[in-house]
Amino acid sequence: MAARDIHGIEAPWTEFKVVGKSHRKIDGMAKATGEAVYADDIQLPGMLHAKTLRSPHAHAKIVSIDTSKAEALPGVHAVITGKDMPIQYGVIPWTPDETALAVDKVRFIGDEVAAVAAIDEDTANAALELIEVVYEELHAYMDPRESLERDEPQIHPNRKNNNVSKHVELEFGDVDGARKASDVVVEGHYEFHGSTHTAIEPHCAVAKVSPEGVLTIWSATQISHYVHRALARVLEWEPQKIRVIQPCIGGAFGGKSDPFSLEFCVAKLSQLTGRPVKMLWTREEVFYAHRGRHPMSLDYTTSATKDGKITGVDAKILIDGGSYSSFGLVTTYYSGQLLTGPYDFPSYRYDSTRVFTNKPPCGPKRGHGSVQPRFAFECQLDEVAEKLGMDPIEIRRKNFHGEHTKTVNGQRITSSGFMECLDKVEKGSGWTERRGKLPFGRGLGVAGSMYISGTNYPIYPNEMPQAGIQLKVDRSGLVTVFSGANDIGQGSNSVVRYIVAEELGMDAADVRVIAADSDLCPVDLGAYSSRVTFMVGNATIDAARKLRKKIVTALAEKWEVPEARVRLIEGRAIDLEDTERSIPSREAFEIAEARFDTLGSTGAYNTPTLGGDYRGGTIGASPAYSFTAHIVEVDVDEETGRITVPKVWCAHDCGRALNPRLVAGQIEGSVYMGIAETLLEDHKVNRFGLHSGPSLLDYRIPTAIDTPEIEAYIVESLDPEGPYGAKEAGEGPLHSAIPALANAVYDAVGIRLRELPFTPAKVLKALREKREQESKAGGAAAAMDRHLGTH
Amino acid sequence: MRVLTLDVNGDRLETAAPDHWTLLEVLRYKLGLTGSKQGCDKGDCGACTVLVDGKPVLACLTLAAEAVGSKVTTIEGLRPAHLEGGGTGVDPVQDAFDRCGALQCGFCQPGMMLTARALLNENPNPDRTEIQKALSGNLCRCTGYTQILEAVETAIAESTESEPPRPAWTQDHPHVREDAL
Repeated sequence: MAARDIHGIEAPWTEFKVVGKSHRKIDGMAKATGEAVYADDIQLPGMLHAKTLRSPHAHAKIVSIDTSKAEALPGVHAVITGKDMPIQYGVIPWTPDETALAVDKVRFIGDEVAAVAAIDEDTANAALELIEVVYEELHAYMDPRESLERDEPQIHPNRKNNNVSKHVELEFGDVDGARKASDVVVEGHYEFHGSTHTAIEPHCAVAKVSPEGVLTIWSATQISHYVHRALARVLEWEPQKIRVIQPCIGGAFGGKSDPFSLEFCVAKLSQLTGRPVKMLWTREEVFYAHRGRHPMSLDYTTSATKDGKITGVDAKILIDGGSYSSFGLVTTYYSGQLLTGPYDFPSYRYDSTRVFTNKPPCGPKRGHGSVQPRFAFECQLDEVAEKLGMDPIEIRRKNFHGEHTKTVNGQRITSSGFMECLDKVEKGSGWTERRGKLPFGRGLGVAGSMYISGTNYPIYPNEMPQAGIQLKVDRSGLVTVFSGANDIGQGSNSVVRYIVAEELGMDAADVRVIAADSDLCPVDLGAYSSRVTFMVGNATIDAARKLRKKIVTALAEKWEVPEARVRLIEGRAIDLEDTERSIPSREAFEIAEARFDTLGSTGAYNTPTLGGDYRGGTIGASPAYSFTAHIVEVDVDEETGRITVPKVWCAHDCGRALNPRLVAGQIEGSVYMGIAETLLEDHKVNRFGLHSGPSLLDYRIPTAIDTPEIEAYIVESLDPEGPYGAKEAGEGPLHSAIPALANAVYDAVGIRLRELPFTPAKVLKALREKREQESKAGGAAAAMDRHLGTH
Repeated sequence: MRVLTLDVNGDRLETAAPDHWTLLEVLRYKLGLTGSKQGCDKGDCGACTVLVDGKPVLACLTLAAEAVGSKVTTIEGLRPAHLEGGGTGVDPVQDAFDRCGALQCGFCQPGMMLTARALLNENPNPDRTEIQKALSGNLCRCTGYTQILEAVETAIAESTESEPPRPAWTQDHPHVREDAL
């Protein structure tokens, strides 16, 4: 077997015993009892505490830094600045524009300037006050349009394109021709605001350096492997002398994907002091570290025929990247590449430009890069339907691209349960009976979307597998799985356990998973782009089947029966034709170990060759796509402008649901997050670059009272290449929540909101404009009546 | 520095901490009870919630000295108290949170479970609105609260021997109650 093998959708032993059932999570009890260890729970003997000095200016040159007074403070053990780690890094290898601490200039309020390690946090904080930094302020860019037009000062000097971070322009088919030939054209400008992850656990890292020079770092990261690579690069250490461990992580959502300043700082400070060092960011620091949803200005034009067939989509997008590149290259591609389903259209053009500004850097947040264009496009689709007098669900059905097809930009689509998703939400919400018949102020809106299950773009080019798994079988009856994947609460370690138990016919409780420890586990590329279940799941099947083969062979030999008669089931090995012959898994492992020596296996996954034959064609090219449909019900208060959401119906096609309860949890969490950023959340800075409210009170994430009732439906279009047919579930179900809400507002009160978030002030303004237009139209009609009357 | 004698999970514990240290800091960094979490350190998120004399309290806004003379219960205390009370396994709230999928990243959940425990001690049969109100001081970013509410309702259903909630998605996945593990 090999990394590119396809394992099929079937159960290994005719019917599923573990997969597809709502088992408990592997770490549930540890989390329920407080035993689970998160980064800040780690306390090592002699450990120092580190804090970061941050820039008070949005854009400035560093003229000088004097750390002597801080170093002299009793209890301070080390102070470092940019010159201690000047090598640039970046999660995307083509755009290394970050340093652990600012070297010669700062690019946003909150940019890291110096770090102190001291006996406790209070002493470290006091030392920060004693560091003297002289800045020379530079013009700060707060408006991405200014970054497009103005060249000086450059935020990142010596770049070819001034303050442009990335520009992508691609056209497929004849967009202009389609527009000319179309019956209906909808044009619109949309503004998508920034929002941030706000995982409840702040970033934290702990490091120690052994006398032999081995660095061990525990970090709340969702991508251990890129942290490993970045540490090796910046610290100029051999990678085999670095051990990266991800402890239990308190939420991530994309916000813990980049290598962060604190990881380099604790490593360096530990090296300098010979003591373990911890750094825990405050909530305010997490808001500034950001890497959240990119604000986008989107101009869209959608053309269609009079029977509702979309003929062309034309997009121009300006992306506010904030101060660093981060994943920006991918963001810029995703803003265009991921729109080409679940609908088929013959022509498509996008022109996306990501610029730098002097704001906290943007990065990947759940639904990276594709949530914003999805909002614009699904709102336009609603307008096309309205112009044609079509039901908004019907227009989506009509344009569905089908299964086993190719999109206009060359993405291979395999399974798709999108039509079933539409059916589910249509029926569940009572769409047919209720839409358009609700009282004024109440409305229903629909939208659809698709998302990737990982992509075949591995961040840094290489031919090695994207996911790896290693199994160790013990004569005690225990199977230990070593998984490189980062379990960020989504349950990847649980999924690995279910699969191994299924394949080896074991009691799942006898499968333990050791994960995300680079000394012990094979490489996995990390928890991003919704790749883990698909890729790690396949790697796990690969490893387990190799091991299963040995066990079955050994038993067949021992029992002198054909291998087909040997079955591993529910913690036992049995002879299918002689039911008296039944032994516990432990004995089966002993027989296999006696026959084949010490037992173990490895498994891997790599994507097939995918993507369009053009520059960037592999970005967003996924081995399988998930599909989603939302219907949102809104209540719009005409007097206050406040929108409330009583209920959301969301159907998501995740392929086979390996654990339906975990899938439902991902759907519900995605819906919640989508509604939250539509109505409440706004990650913004003022004209000086100061965050408008870097706290969990001022940045308004919903409570249990604010969150709508969510009805989740799981649709299972078994994917030919997913593990047992599984696809992603963690990010897709966020996308269409936002446009469905916007479309529901139109159904409720007849206003098209095109600028997020939908605050009461914007609702009231739109309602006022609508009334003015109506009265103008009414006035004109009355005048016309009078005019006609006089003749 | 101040010497503190605290009653935590039924143990009388003596420790010393700076005057300005909060109950959360003393629990986590002096007593090693790291189950109580710090999400914001300013009383916004509720992850640090512990029970002080049975009432949910934000440990990050409570000076450690203020807790002297009170009975403090942290997440680590729920299971032992349940066992001492003659129960088996874990507290029914913990068990329901685990079974219902409420523990995604799990970081906010110690506070959430203690708040739920305090609610059920006071009112064994709250309706959904009462549960939502009681939990509204505890922010969760993973679940959309849905499986948390189901967990609390499941715990209630079990104590009142009534039918637990059945979300819509379970209709197509009827094997969902086979909580085999």
